[in-house]
Amino acid sequence: MALIKDGKLVDDVFVYVGDDVTLPADGAVIVNLERWQSSREELLQRNEPVGIRLRSDQPPDLIGACLKKLAVVALEFPAFRDGRAYSYARLLREKYDYRGELRAVGDVLLEQLHFMVRTGIDAFEIHSEDPIGDFEIAAADFSVWYQPTADGRRTALELRRQRS
Amino acid sequence: MYRYDEFDQTLVAERVEQFRRQVQRRLTGEISEDQFKPLRLMNGLYMQLHAYMLRVNVPYGSLSSEQMHKFAHIARTYDKGFGHFTTRQNIQYNWVKLEDAPDLLRELADVEVTAIQSSGNCVRNITSDQYAGRGGDEIEDPRIYCELLRQYTVLHPEFSYLPRKFKIAVTGAPKDRAAVAVHDIGLRMHLNDAGQMRFEVLVGGGQGRTPFIAHTIRESLEPEHLLSYVEAILRVYNIHGRRDNINKARIKIIVNQMGIERYRELVDEEWERIKDGSLKVPQEEIDRINAYFASPEYEVLEDISEELDAVRKIDEEFDRWMKSNVVAHKVSGYSIVNITLKAPGRVPGDINADDMDAVADLADQYSLGEIRISHRQNLTLVDVKQQALHSLWQELKLLELATPNLGQITDIICCPGLDYCGLANARSIPVADDINQHFVDVDRLALVGDLTINISGCMNACGHHHVGNIGILGVDKRGKEFFQLTLGGSSDEHASLGDRLGPGLPQADVPIAIEAIVDQYLQDRQEDERFLDTYRRIGIEPFKKAVYGTPESKDVA
Amino acid sequence: MQMIIASRLDDGRVVFIDAAAAWADSIEDGVVLESQAEIDRLMGEATQAVEDCVIVEPYLIEVVVENGARRPVEAREAIRAFGPSARTDQLIGRE
Repeated sequence: MALIKDGKLVDDVFVYVGDDVTLPADGAVIVNLERWQSSREELLQRNEPVGIRLRSDQPPDLIGACLKKLAVVALEFPAFRDGRAYSYARLLREKYDYRGELRAVGDVLLEQLHFMVRTGIDAFEIHSEDPIGDFEIAAADFSVWYQPTADGRRTALELRRQRS
Repeated sequence: MYRYDEFDQTLVAERVEQFRRQVQRRLTGEISEDQFKPLRLMNGLYMQLHAYMLRVNVPYGSLSSEQMHKFAHIARTYDKGFGHFTTRQNIQYNWVKLEDAPDLLRELADVEVTAIQSSGNCVRNITSDQYAGRGGDEIEDPRIYCELLRQYTVLHPEFSYLPRKFKIAVTGAPKDRAAVAVHDIGLRMHLNDAGQMRFEVLVGGGQGRTPFIAHTIRESLEPEHLLSYVEAILRVYNIHGRRDNINKARIKIIVNQMGIERYRELVDEEWERIKDGSLKVPQEEIDRINAYFASPEYEVLEDISEELDAVRKIDEEFDRWMKSNVVAHKVSGYSIVNITLKAPGRVPGDINADDMDAVADLADQYSLGEIRISHRQNLTLVDVKQQALHSLWQELKLLELATPNLGQITDIICCPGLDYCGLANARSIPVADDINQHFVDVDRLALVGDLTINISGCMNACGHHHVGNIGILGVDKRGKEFFQLTLGGSSDEHASLGDRLGPGLPQADVPIAIEAIVDQYLQDRQEDERFLDTYRRIGIEPFKKAVYGTPESKDVA
Repeated sequence: MQMIIASRLDDGRVVFIDAAAAWADSIEDGVVLESQAEIDRLMGEATQAVEDCVIVEPYLIEVVVENGARRPVEAREAIRAFGPSARTDQLIGRE
């Protein structure tokens, strides 16, 4: 399993810690929402980067108030057909102005990467023989976009206005 | 008609190449069927009983003659020489090969046609009224907003993996020819007190296993807010729509489960946040699209209805066709001509390649090059000079495309059914043909008048049986095909779902039952009541009796 | 009597497995399965054919022989074997 962040293959500094597992002495961790809620003080006192992993039935308003403390929000795509996290990503970026790492985890496939990037996801846990190759293919799939998102890409409408 | 600029063309070309890659990856096994299926569906390709079926979009039902010629070419080159027009203004090819699909799509892209999102759990073809821009009762041309919505929904990164399919329809006229009340989102234009156009937004309509008439979520929406409001509706649906059960995943389920008031609350909350953002539609974009739908250069012609009446008095056949298939145009001296693809011996909605070419040529010769597809699986030529009507009619007769049955018993909406579709429980096409063979007498058809029969081969209701004046649903009972009838459905601005008539009938009894229903109607109707009016006045009992007899008599299934 | 029916991946056409685990276009060229062992063997081959991207959705069907010709028992499979009952390519059209 490879982690791509900002288009590059990187080592994952974060470790997932299960609900009933003791937190490691140091190091960045990602926990479930339930663990965050039960161990919040402990997690913050560690003074290490912390992230929350949201399941696809856990919308971002559950964590809206604590986003400033989170270095990573990991969004689960349990099956690639489950498209809820695309909305969660946009809400995190556009409603909550979340600036940290937004990571797609789970059933993350080449064919969905382009859309994920557009919704504001900037990191991907990909199962692939050639993760960077896949990512580059996906990123280049389209050069014209109709819909505005927070990704800063200029839409066809904006380009048309500029032209006239 | 809308014409692609370089942005539209680039996007479509890139999509074709993306799909070409995806097909390659599938054929070499890099991706599994399970992974490939949603991608294939989002490009309109189904695996059906005989082969792959490709569903091609005809955006809001508007087609140029050039595009129709291409449809004929595709039918000959990649298929078995015919195509099928659907209840969502699309065309389907039944014999497509996966390995050919990218080239086929490339050819369609050459004439600005796509199959993008004609299937899949995403927003499908935006449909509308086949008389758009030409009917006299229109407030504004709905196609402008259909095109706006089409671009907004195509390859939307957030809404390509919705809980289920999503269908939007728009009507620009008070008379609803687009069935908006049975769509996931329906948009109805009206004028406010200040004479400005506003949309009434409806949500949660649909047919299928659990049919619903849509609720009004917003009475009056300014056009500039159309996209942001639709985005809010879609976002709430994407987040809250059920994903546990494929039969409970449409927006109609969640709207009716939580109630329209709660759904509206959630939508409005989200909409307040985004409505003045980047989705606000600038007037210049509306104007830009509007320019594509500007009325053509019409000649200044006198209305010659009186002269036509004289011809009609001596030519009974022409008179019959004029009465049923020709409607008034908003411009004096012009008419709108309907071509039904329904007749004894025809598969409803099907047309072969030669006839596609012929209709395209007639469109060029008689109707400024444009053809419309209606959700009743028929074609319309929208700009025919009155003075050319008789000549056009004669040409249509030679093609056997002049059946004078628009909106009548033999203008049957019929899904492909078990003959083609993997979802079906029963064959629908033979039922339509049976009914057609029983009602050959055109005078009787004219006597009966408006009566829509809609046939679906399964509960998915692609034949729109819930909103037929008579609906017929094919069911499988202990391995045998039976047909359940409903009465009193309607898809217009007074939409209603049909009421179940009684136990399912074997196929042979269906035309007999239709005869009995028609006889009962003719017996009971007052003045110029349509079948639907009589039904709404007298209720279902007389018809139940007519078909099933009294309780003492023999039961049928 | 049973046979295995499937759809060929590249062209979507209906096919029937034969004794050599190849895929035949016609029901007459497929193999009728006479024993459970044969069913198991050929369903195994069919599963492999799915893996090899030759076919999709193989399954067992019941067939009978009527007037010397094989016929699937279920209407759905009969339509798959012989084509649509409504012959659209025989529409009324111009001569």
